[in-house]
Amino acid sequence: MIFDFAPIWENIHLYLGGILITLKLLAISLAVGLAAAIPLGLMRVSRQPLVNGAAWLYTYVIRGTPMLVQLFLIYYGLAQFSAVRESVLWPLLSDATFCACLAFAINTSAYSAEILAGSLKAIPHGEIEAAKAMGMSRAKLYRRILLPSALRRALPQYSNEVIMMLHTTSLASIVTLVDITGAAKTINSQFYLAFEAYITAGAIYLCLTFVLVRLFKLAERRWLAYLAPRKA
Amino acid sequence: MLNGYGSTILDGAWLTLSLALTSMALAIVLGLIGAAFRLSPIKWLALLGETYATVIRGIPDLVLILLIFYGGQDVVNRVAPLLGFEDYIDLDPFVTGVFTMGFIFGAYLSETFRGAFMAIPKGQSEAGAAYGMTGTQVFFRVLVPQMIRFAIPGFTNNWLVLVKATALVSTVSLQDMMFKAKNAADATHQPFTFYLVVAALYLAITSVSLLLLRALEKRYSVGMKVAEL
Repeated sequence: MIFDFAPIWENIHLYLGGILITLKLLAISLAVGLAAAIPLGLMRVSRQPLVNGAAWLYTYVIRGTPMLVQLFLIYYGLAQFSAVRESVLWPLLSDATFCACLAFAINTSAYSAEILAGSLKAIPHGEIEAAKAMGMSRAKLYRRILLPSALRRALPQYSNEVIMMLHTTSLASIVTLVDITGAAKTINSQFYLAFEAYITAGAIYLCLTFVLVRLFKLAERRWLAYLAPRKA
Repeated sequence: MLNGYGSTILDGAWLTLSLALTSMALAIVLGLIGAAFRLSPIKWLALLGETYATVIRGIPDLVLILLIFYGGQDVVNRVAPLLGFEDYIDLDPFVTGVFTMGFIFGAYLSETFRGAFMAIPKGQSEAGAAYGMTGTQVFFRVLVPQMIRFAIPGFTNNWLVLVKATALVSTVSLQDMMFKAKNAADATHQPFTFYLVVAALYLAITSVSLLLLRALEKRYSVGMKVAEL
C-alpha cells in the first residue's frame, strides 16, 4: 500500500483540537466583523459623500488586498514601531490568536458591509414609504424596518461569506496557530506523510462546509420563508 | 529605493502577474469543461463536474496548495520507484503553482460559466440547431459568445480572488512579491514598510483589472437595451 493513514488515526486528537481552534477563530471574527459591518453598511448607503466615501475607501482597500498581507501587516508589521512595542496594547498585539482574529474580523467586516449595503438598497420602496407614512423617525425606521429586512435578505450572500471565512481561518496556521491546517502541518513534519495529512484536513473542511451550508438553508427556511416561491 | 529591495519586489510582482495570468488561462479551459459537464444530459459526466466543483470549492485554497505542492511531490516520489524511476523527482514550483491555481479556480469558474450558459434564452440554441449546426457548433458559435456577457461580472470577481490568492504560494517558497517582501522584511527589520508596499501593488493590480474588465463588459453589452428606472 502506498498510503499510510495509521499515524493520522493515532493523532486524531490533534485534528480534533484543530477543529475547536478553527471554530473559535471563525466565531470570534464573524461576531466582531458583523458588529462592525452594520455601521459600515449604513455608511455605504448614506447620501453624504464624506460618510459614504470613507466607508467606500475602507471596503475598497480591504477587498483589494490579500488576506495574507493584511495578517502579516498586523502580526509582523506593527512590531516595526517602537511606540507599538512599548504601548499597553503590546501583549495583545504580539499574540497570534488576537492578531489573527483582528485581521479576519477587519477582512470580513468589509465584505459583509458591502453585502449589507447591497441588500439595504434592494429593499422595496413601498416598505420605506409605508414606514414614513406611519410617522416613524429615522432611527425607528432603521431599527424596525430597514435593518431586520436587510439582514434577512442578506442571508444567502452572507452564507457564502461565512464559508469563505471558514476557509480563510486556515491562514492562522501560517502565524503558528494549530488550527485544522496547523494540525496537518504538525503531522506532516513528524511523519513526512504530506499527502495523508493534508487530504485529511481537506476532508474535515469539506464536512464543516457542508454543515454550514445546511445550517444556512435551515436559517433561510426560517427567516426568508416569506420570499420563498409558492409551493404547488 | 527601499534599501535596494525595490527592484527585487518588482521582479516578484512580475512573477505574481504571470502566475495569475497563466493560471487564469488554465482555469478558463477547466471552467468551460466543468460547465459543459455539469450541463450535460449524460448523467455520470454531470455528476463528475458537480463533484469537481463542490469538493474544490469546499476546501480552503491554502490546504489545496499545501496538498498539491507537498502531497503531490510526496505521492509522485512514492509512485515513481514502483514504475522504475530511481531518482528523486522535483516538481517545478511555477508549473505546479499554475496547475494548482488553475485547478482550484477552474472549479469556481465552472460555477460562473454554468450560470451564464443558463441565462441564455433557450430559443438561441434551438435556432442554431434549426439551422443544422452540430452540438459543438451551437456551443462555440451561438452559446459561448453570448455567455461571455453574462459571465463577466462573475469572472471579474473570480479574477480578483485569484490574484489575491496567489499570495499564498509564497508559503510554498514560490518567489512571488509576497515572498520577496518577506525576505526584505527579515533582512531590514522593516516588515510594515515592505508589506505595505506589497499591499499597494496588489491594490494597483486589482484596480487596473477592475477598470479593464468594466470596459470589456461595456464592449460585450453593446446593443443591449438597459431598462431605465
